[in-house]
Formats: sequence, structure tokens, C-alpha cells
Amino acid sequence: MRYKLEIDTNIDHVLNDSSDDVVYEVDLERRNFLRNAALVGGLTIAPGVMLYQTAHAKPDDEPVTDKHRWGMLIDTNVCQEDCDACVTACNEEHGLWDLGRPKTDAQWIRKLNIKDKLTGHVTSLPMMCQHCEHPPCVDVCPTRASFKRADGIVLVNPHTCIGCRYCMMACPYKARSFIHEPLVDQLPHAPRGKGCVESCTLCVHKVDRGDNNTACAEACAKDGHQALLFGDLNDPNSEISKQLEKHGGVQIRADLNLNTGVRYSGL
Amino acid sequence: METTRFSSIEAKSIQYWILLSALGLAALIGYLSAHHMDVEGHHITGMSNQIIWGFPHVIAIFLIVAASGALNVASISSVFGKYDYKPLARLSALLAIALLVGGLVILVLDLGRPDRLIVAMTIYNFKSIFAWNIFLYTGFIIITGIYLWMMMERKMNKFTKPAGFLAFIWRLILTTGTGSIFGFLVARQAYDAAIMAPMFIIMSFAFGLAVFILVLQASYAWTHRSLGDAMLDKLRKLLGIFVSAILYFVIAKHLTNLYATEHHGIEAFILLNGGIYTFLFWGVQIVVGSLIPLALVFIKPMSQCRNCLSIASVLVIIGGLAQLYVIIVGGQAYPLDMFPGYEVSSSFFDGVVAEYSPSIWEILLGIGGISIALLIVTVSVAVLDFLPESLSDKALKLDTAKAS
Repeated sequence: MRYKLEIDTNIDHVLNDSSDDVVYEVDLERRNFLRNAALVGGLTIAPGVMLYQTAHAKPDDEPVTDKHRWGMLIDTNVCQEDCDACVTACNEEHGLWDLGRPKTDAQWIRKLNIKDKLTGHVTSLPMMCQHCEHPPCVDVCPTRASFKRADGIVLVNPHTCIGCRYCMMACPYKARSFIHEPLVDQLPHAPRGKGCVESCTLCVHKVDRGDNNTACAEACAKDGHQALLFGDLNDPNSEISKQLEKHGGVQIRADLNLNTGVRYSGL
Repeated sequence: METTRFSSIEAKSIQYWILLSALGLAALIGYLSAHHMDVEGHHITGMSNQIIWGFPHVIAIFLIVAASGALNVASISSVFGKYDYKPLARLSALLAIALLVGGLVILVLDLGRPDRLIVAMTIYNFKSIFAWNIFLYTGFIIITGIYLWMMMERKMNKFTKPAGFLAFIWRLILTTGTGSIFGFLVARQAYDAAIMAPMFIIMSFAFGLAVFILVLQASYAWTHRSLGDAMLDKLRKLLGIFVSAILYFVIAKHLTNLYATEHHGIEAFILLNGGIYTFLFWGVQIVVGSLIPLALVFIKPMSQCRNCLSIASVLVIIGGLAQLYVIIVGGQAYPLDMFPGYEVSSSFFDGVVAEYSPSIWEILLGIGGISIALLIVTVSVAVLDFLPESLSDKALKLDTAKAS
């Protein structure tokens, strides 16, 4: 279908109203297709471009620095007792499949219900690796497989872990799991191996990708609870730093003076 | 100054070969069990994310602790100049190496990745007691080996005393390292106590001596060599003193804990309401492993009966295993106290006493390690001159007179 379209090509007439009118023949179908394609393409690419520009994903060859200290603030006042969205999200993100053996199945994050013996008040909260500044697991690891990155994330190197489990004995938070069986269907960004110890990585793959969030915090927000807030403890302008300054946040087992990266409010 | 005649035993009897075959078979079965655990993963064991170290570790740590204690008899002679014990020094050092090797084999085979032993031998974190222990254990084997060489090579005898002194210091540090595996665990209510290191040292004295007495008695009975009452009497008294010393440390540890309210939970668990752990503590460690042996070695007429010393030694070993089971498994079974004053529940067994029963694979691995230790002794005494031809009262008096 072809239409004739009269287009005023001379801007001068807007200014002095003395222009010549020119008549063009235009293929509107082609134009619509190109416009829609550009729109779809733009919508597809734009978020990635925008995120890249705003989040600055870390190139693989760039070392991690102590410019950031990643951490998390957990508001137990809004954490729901019957909700385990964070646990489900973590399991899906890292490929932690339920093998039907609760005593040996890995749990990187779990929901705890704690009941005050005196008042009977029940609080629900997620528990995971607390990403300590002085991690006991790193202290006891004979092969330096347990290590702390410069940005505060505590990890296990699955290539040098010998499976002695001393770190599990040393962790005050029961945050580590031993892999008790051969694994299949692993995810590329979360390599795991039989006979090694593992724990919450604070979604290090997402951090390095520039997502600036963890799977558990995203899931909590998606469910509308906003109980988990991930962020940079070194940045005074980050939301987590502002919230901590405003409301405070306690460490679990503060007596051990480990300076945990995960803090809790409402306890 | 060497007066005792040492000789290897004749490995010709059918009983010797039956013993050797049985130990070899048990060691092989232990290895196959470990291999099965390695292939299938640890889910086939009783161990879990709650009970992280189980039966293999109880046996392994018993053997390692007993190893350093087994060397005591040699140290009493070389370091403290009590030459009555000199004829036993070679067997003492041999047993020390053998027990340590048996214990280490268990520990290594229980690793999640035993194939990565080379990583543990090449990458070190010197803040880790485990990394220290790798040096302490291999160093102990080397130093005790040199000590044995000084004792057994006539030309090198003059170096026996310094070598023995080094071995003695090393063994004290080694057991300090073993006790500190638990002493330095700040997270758990059952551990995190400086008393662990000296308590493990005194435990090693008793466990090592008990094993030594049994191996000595069996070697001499089965090879029809003479073993006099005088030597056994010395060992009997030593055993009684060491068992009493363990009791002292156990009382001191629990009294200290009982004073602090924060430890009342774990103390009640071990001493009052811990089920199997309470039974193992009072019934096996205290009564069977301490009080009955003390009666057997100190009260007449039991103290004059040779079999009573054997029974006492067996009971000290059983009590020692119970003590380590309570420390290692019981200490983990009691839940971590992350929230004092709160009841805790989760899908990860928080706040509840962890259940554990050792699987057949763990038990076979443990027995395999013990068999390797005994296999080393059985082969060594047939190959080299470890055992004095006679330990009769008459021979001993002669040796003592000449040596001093």
C-alpha cells in the first residue's frame, strides 16, 4: 500500500511562512516495520547498556579491592515466619538441589525461628555465612582454601579444599555445608564438588557482574518484605550504611568480635 | 653401656602368620571402606553437617594421642635417666611411630578429598593448628626414627640422650597441637578451653602406656620370652598415676565450666541429661576407664595379679575412647548457642541435639587404622632387634646395676 505524504521540508517557512511545499512518496509498511524493530531492539538492549553504565561490572582481570565491603542488613521486624523466599531463591540461584537427606543436604541460607524463653516472643530471621572481617573458618583452614576477599566476601576455593571440615567446626554460625555425594546438574557460576565444604558466597558472581544485589535479597523484595538489604558498608551514601546509621544493626555472637558483614536489626 | 641383649622374634610360627594375615586383612578392609566412602561420598556414613567429625576421628585422635604417650617409656630412660626403662625404649619408640602412622592414615582417608593430600603438604596457612600438625606429625616420625637409630646403632649410642630429649620436647608440642585442635575452637561451647592442651598431654601418658603394656605383654607371652614382675610393677604404678592425673584434669575442666553460667547448658548435657554421652562419661570414662583400673593397679590383691594389669590397660583404652567420643562427638551433638536465652528451631537442626550413630564404613576404617599400627609393630619386631631377649627380674637387676 502506498500513500502520498506531503512534507514540508523547509524549516524556513516556520520562521517566515514563505516555503515551497514538496511531495514525497513513502512506503509506510516498511517504515512501521523498521520503527517497531528499532523499538523492540532498543528495549532489549537498553537495560543492559544502562546497567553496564550504572553498575560497572568488574572485568575478570581486575583485582578485587577493599574499596567496597559488601554486607547485608536483615530487618527481623519485617521477616515473615512462614516465608522462605530467600532460601528458595538461593537454592535456585546456586543449584542446591534437595536430595531428600536433610542431615547432609547443603543449606547456604536457612530460616531460624527464635523464641525468647522469658517472654515467648518469636522472631524469624535468615542465617547464612556472616562474612566476618576476622573469619574463624579462614583462621583454621590448613590449605588457605577458606579465604576472605578484599571486599569482605568469605569464600571457599573448591580447588584447594581438602575436605577436612575444620572450618565447619570453627564456624560459630553453622553456616557451612559439606558435600556428601557426587553432584550433577551444576550451574556454571556456582561450581561445587563432592568432598569439599561450601557456604553462602554473597552471590559473588552477581556482585562481580555488577548486579549489586543477591538472589535472596531480590526474592525478599519481590515478595514485598524488603527484609534483606544488600550493599556496600564502606560507602557512607549507600542505602545499607544509611539504614545502619539510622536504625543500628547487631552482630550475632558479637562477643566473638568478628565484625560480621551481615547485621540484624530488630533483635 | 648397652647390656641388654636384643633380638628380633622368629617369624616362623603359624600363629605369627595368622596374626599378620588378620591385621593385613583388617587394614585392607579399612582401606576399601575408605575407598567406598570416597566414591559414594560421606552421606553413606553417620557423619553429617551436624556431626562433622565422627568415629574415624575418635579412633584417629586416640591413636595420635597414644602415639606420643607410647614414647614416654623411652623418654623416662633417655631424658630422666631412669635406666630401668632402657630395655623398653626401642619398643616404646617403635610403637610411637606405628600408632601415629595408623592414626594419620585414618585422618587422611576420611578427608573429603584424600587425593589432595599433596595440597595439604604444599600450601600452608600457619594460623591453622592443622597446618602446624602436619609439621609436628611428620617431624615426630622423623625425629623418633632418628632416636631409634641412635639407640639401635652402637656407634651412635652416644647421641641417644640428645635425640631422646628432642623427641620428648617434640612430643609435648605435638600433643599440645592435638589438644589445641579443640582448645582453639572459639565457636563451640564444649571446646574453647586452654586446659585441652595439657589434658591431652596427660591423656597421652595414660593411653600410650596402656597400649604399650598390652603390646609388651602380648609380645613376650606369644614369643615365650621372660617378662618379670619388677618391670610390670613399675609400669603398673605409672599407669595408676597417669589415670589419676587425667581424673584431676577432668575434674578441673568441669568445675571451671560449672562456675560459669554460660557453660551450664553443655555441662548439664555431658554430666546429667545427654543420654549416650552422659552414660559414656560416667559409666565408661569415669567408672570403667578410671576408677576400676585405679582399683586394679593400686588395691591388693589385684595389684599383684598380672592379668589385672592387662585388664586395667584394656579398660584405660576403653575409657580413653569413651572420653574422646564424648569430647569430639558429644561436643558437636550439643547445639551451637547462637542466641543465649532463646529456643532456636530451623530446617538445619539448629537448637536440637544432633543424632549420630557410626556406620559400618567408619568402624571398618577405624579398625583398619588400628590394624596398620599393629601391623607395623608386628613386622618390625620380626625384622629388627626391638625386643630384649629377657625382661626377667634377674636380667633387669643386672642391667640396672651395670647401667647406673
